[in-house]
Amino acid sequence: MMLAIEPILYAGAIGLIAIGVAGMALSRHGFRIVLALALAEAGANLLLVLGGFREGGVAPILVGGGNTASMVDPVPQAMVLTAIVIGVGVQALAIALLIQVKEHLGPIDRQGLRDAMEADIDRHAGLPLPESLDRPLSREGER
Amino acid sequence: MSEWQSWLALLLILIILCSALAVLLLKNHVAAVAAASVVSLALAVLFALLRAPDVAMTEAAVGAGLSSLILAFGLRRLGLWRIGAEAQEKGEDD
Repeated sequence: MMLAIEPILYAGAIGLIAIGVAGMALSRHGFRIVLALALAEAGANLLLVLGGFREGGVAPILVGGGNTASMVDPVPQAMVLTAIVIGVGVQALAIALLIQVKEHLGPIDRQGLRDAMEADIDRHAGLPLPESLDRPLSREGER
Repeated sequence: MSEWQSWLALLLILIILCSALAVLLLKNHVAAVAAASVVSLALAVLFALLRAPDVAMTEAAVGAGLSSLILAFGLRRLGLWRIGAEAQEKGEDD
């Protein structure tokens, strides 16, 4: 039985992008968001290479002026080659940003980072620290 | 693609999707980086099957090698590098 693999591969590439985007949207920790970004990148690369794929084609390497009609499309491959390297650069930049955020603000999970940023903004604006509505009022006397 | 190559591609796409889910679901960050590396390696073999040997070489060297290295060093700088018993006693959060 001959397996029709190309639609399955397209579905897999789109599924990989979907997993990456869902991870970026739903993850709580900053590092996990960087990993999900890498996953979405990999899915986009696979989709591009699949776009240039042709059933029964050979690898696009010219040996002594062979015929180019039976080759797969080399243009998406060249673009993906660049995209892979750029993707690693983006990951390194994101990790460097995470390290800076951890050094300056402390937490890198979503909730803790939001609280830290709001406290930072308030401190720079000279405002007093906000009283949380769900904090027990009995702590008023301790200060 | 011949038939065994089609089945191999199917197996690889299943490995990729399962590892991608593992990246998001594993609690330990070191294990998540390892799963991301598995995704890159399987993707490199799939690129070779799709008649893109240059992309396969780059993905294996840069995507699986250099990227995992950067993420691992980042984990150490962020203080999230916890393996084995140390990770158990600290009580991993997401």
